[in-house]
Amino acid sequence: MSLKIDQDHSRFGAIVRGRIRQNLRKYISQGELIGRKGKDLVSIPIPQIEIPRFTYGDKQRGGTGQGDGKPGDPVGGDPDSGEPGDGHKAGSGAGEHVLEVDVTLDELASILGEELELPDIEDKGKSKIINAKDRYTSIRRVGPESLRSFRRTYREALKRQIATGTYASGNPVVVPIPADRRYRSWKTEAEPIANAVIIYMMDVSGSMGDEQKDIVRIESFWIDAWLQKQYHGLESRYIIHDAVAREVDRETFFHTRESGGTMISSAYKLCSQLIDDHFSPEEWNVYPFHFSDGDNWSMDDTLLCVDLLKTKILPRVNMFAYGQVESPYGSGQFVKDLREHFGKDDRVVTSEIRDKDAIITSIKEFLGKGV
Amino acid sequence: MSEFALKTSLPSYLREQQEKIELIASNAGLDFFPTIFEILTYDQMNEIAAYGGFPNRYPHWRFGMEYERMAKSYEYGLSKIYEMVINNNPSYAYLLEGNSLVDQKLVMAHVYAHVDFFKNNYCFRSTDLDTGGRTVDPVRRPPGYDPNRRWIDKMANHGSRLRRIIGRQGESRVEEFIDQCLALENLIDIHSPFRGRARKRLPEDEEPTVTEVPRLRAKDYMESFINPEEYLDAQRKKLDAVREKAKSFPERPERDVLLFLLQHAPLERWERDVLEVVREEAYYFTPQMQTKIMNEGWATYWHSKLMTESILDASEVVDYADHAAGVLATSGGRLNPYKLGVELYRNIEDRWNKGQFGKEWEDCDDSDAKKNWDLRLDLGRQKIFQVRALYNDVTFIDEFLTPEFVLENKLFSFGWSNRNERYEIDSREFAVVKNKLLFDLTNSGSPTIYVDDANFENRGELLLRHDHQGLELRADYTKDVMAALVRVWKRPVNVTTVVDGKTVRHRRDGEDFSTRPFSS
Repeated sequence: MSLKIDQDHSRFGAIVRGRIRQNLRKYISQGELIGRKGKDLVSIPIPQIEIPRFTYGDKQRGGTGQGDGKPGDPVGGDPDSGEPGDGHKAGSGAGEHVLEVDVTLDELASILGEELELPDIEDKGKSKIINAKDRYTSIRRVGPESLRSFRRTYREALKRQIATGTYASGNPVVVPIPADRRYRSWKTEAEPIANAVIIYMMDVSGSMGDEQKDIVRIESFWIDAWLQKQYHGLESRYIIHDAVAREVDRETFFHTRESGGTMISSAYKLCSQLIDDHFSPEEWNVYPFHFSDGDNWSMDDTLLCVDLLKTKILPRVNMFAYGQVESPYGSGQFVKDLREHFGKDDRVVTSEIRDKDAIITSIKEFLGKGV
Repeated sequence: MSEFALKTSLPSYLREQQEKIELIASNAGLDFFPTIFEILTYDQMNEIAAYGGFPNRYPHWRFGMEYERMAKSYEYGLSKIYEMVINNNPSYAYLLEGNSLVDQKLVMAHVYAHVDFFKNNYCFRSTDLDTGGRTVDPVRRPPGYDPNRRWIDKMANHGSRLRRIIGRQGESRVEEFIDQCLALENLIDIHSPFRGRARKRLPEDEEPTVTEVPRLRAKDYMESFINPEEYLDAQRKKLDAVREKAKSFPERPERDVLLFLLQHAPLERWERDVLEVVREEAYYFTPQMQTKIMNEGWATYWHSKLMTESILDASEVVDYADHAAGVLATSGGRLNPYKLGVELYRNIEDRWNKGQFGKEWEDCDDSDAKKNWDLRLDLGRQKIFQVRALYNDVTFIDEFLTPEFVLENKLFSFGWSNRNERYEIDSREFAVVKNKLLFDLTNSGSPTIYVDDANFENRGELLLRHDHQGLELRADYTKDVMAALVRVWKRPVNVTTVVDGKTVRHRRDGEDFSTRPFSS
């Protein structure tokens, strides 16, 4: 049913969206969203769009309350509560209001896209394979004995016994009868197979500090969000390397700190291996992203990397992205080497990320080509 | 029951209840406008609540924001609007579809008390449309009092007025201006509806053209000694200065800043229209802010009395008690206006029943005697009816809050502790708590602002003054409100106030904002 308020509501939505757009750079560089990421929704804290008034300062105001406690005790007994009441109620103080607006990841990505003028990715015409998968989601009264749910059955029996008055608390034996039995039941769901994969590679040698890793983490969130919008299924794989490379899970990827030298070729080898084993280019759109401070072990290794890229990786991927994060220790040579060898190759995108504020430009460089 | 009350879509089982409860309420002495109940689904309820109870308002995003907030908190199960009633003649009240019958009955009883309050409390006389917003004697009412309070129509008219303006001027332009006006919404004079018309200028007020200094009588040859020329000059200057001051505009500081702007700011016609709408609506909502504690307390007093004495079935008592406990709960140390109000009414009723008032009572120092004081006067019921007609929250608390009450109800005042970064209980002392409470209620918790000079420093700048009573203005908002004032006044705007304990004067000129110390 349509309501009169819908017009005002969507107007408010537009204003909020505008606010998000205005502050996008801030959200991105502060990584504000990431801690709050749900499955499909991101809550964006928006300072409530409040209409300014001549009013008293919040903190000095105080108010009156009701309850136990002696002078000096925190109001409400909760030391964390900074908000004893809202301004409309008589005699209560004012508190900070933060309005959280839920934005779907999809919408967020399209705001990002609009703002950075990212082109949609051209469809490679690769088939989307749909998989059928069974999920146990509900409970039925009939079913095979192997699927009997003990807990539900017991509960039914208990309910029946209490209702009929045959439950004795002194002797709490609960005996199910056939009518009490409950069985787990499944639903078959069609699940699109992921048809795009991002292979994140990161240098975790001693010279990559927390600051640098934070940049990589924030940037990868946005890359995920954008590609997620472009492809129905998206998989991510993570490789860390110093002198040797290994595949890790997401958590490890962002929290490992190793020392020692850097052999970038090790990561490229593993990446190529991964594509060989799991992601055949006929079925997959492959996006390797590599982040490093650009301090490779030797020129020989750099040449090996170039060779690997040329022969093994580039022919099988949509694009190859290299992000160089500035660190106080790195030489930053690698990005120059790549540019020298692949300067004219559209499939290789390089970007230098000096600090958190540069993330937004870097995203644009990476995703601006639409391949 | 009135004819038109039957025209709503209220299901018959609820209509039966309504008739029954209406009769019970009026037998109990409540005196209300005809009341119409509508039943709404939760999203309709949220919509109407977002519009402040009205089915039709002017278009503005903040209603959408309210709606979003309400819809969210309903979805997450944080809150649910049970009842809503608007001050209108006839009064409209809304019931939420799907509530249990006990809840609906409770809401009806509650609503009749609210409507009685709307009709009888003096503050609400300012919403009588047929008095032109001027009610000099709010207590005396004509026999058969049946005022025009068709605010539903008025709000809807405001809606179409603003929609027409938007059609001509464009949405974002008008919206931007509405935002500016709303920033000034609280700059009204809550007492002005009861002050009658402005004093007419008397002919003798007309200023003389020449300044005549009164002389002492003297013989000719004594003249220059008794009235020396230097003295006369000094006197003349003094008089000129006084007259110059009287010429300042406005002559007296004006507290209804919105009215002043409406009359004197260089506004386009549509801008004047918008400002007028915002001002009228601000005055409409003022009485409800002035009587929050009294109004909710009154409604709660009566629903609990009527429910438990006449309306409830035995089978409904438990549900009712559960719900009523929820309404009166105080959690996290917050002050619940429903509870504070109802407890005060009960306290007053009890005191007047027992004769615990007057000089003898005040002068009694013997706490035992006070505890057992009972003159069996039975004046309680009569007293609370009188209180509901003649008081607002400020006078209500000022007159009837007692040290015993503060102690019994565990009231306290709290303040922000910089050291611990949290709100902490300040005091439980009667005087402190009462003062804090009164301060928060005065001028509905808004700072008092006057227009001091509209031709400040002879440059056509506006000078406002914050009447500082111990609390300072919120700095970032002050800046923004001043920007809105500049937008309306079209010239720089100055505000005298106090920052960090020092008197200062802010000045805003377009994007420029400056603050300099000021000594009067």
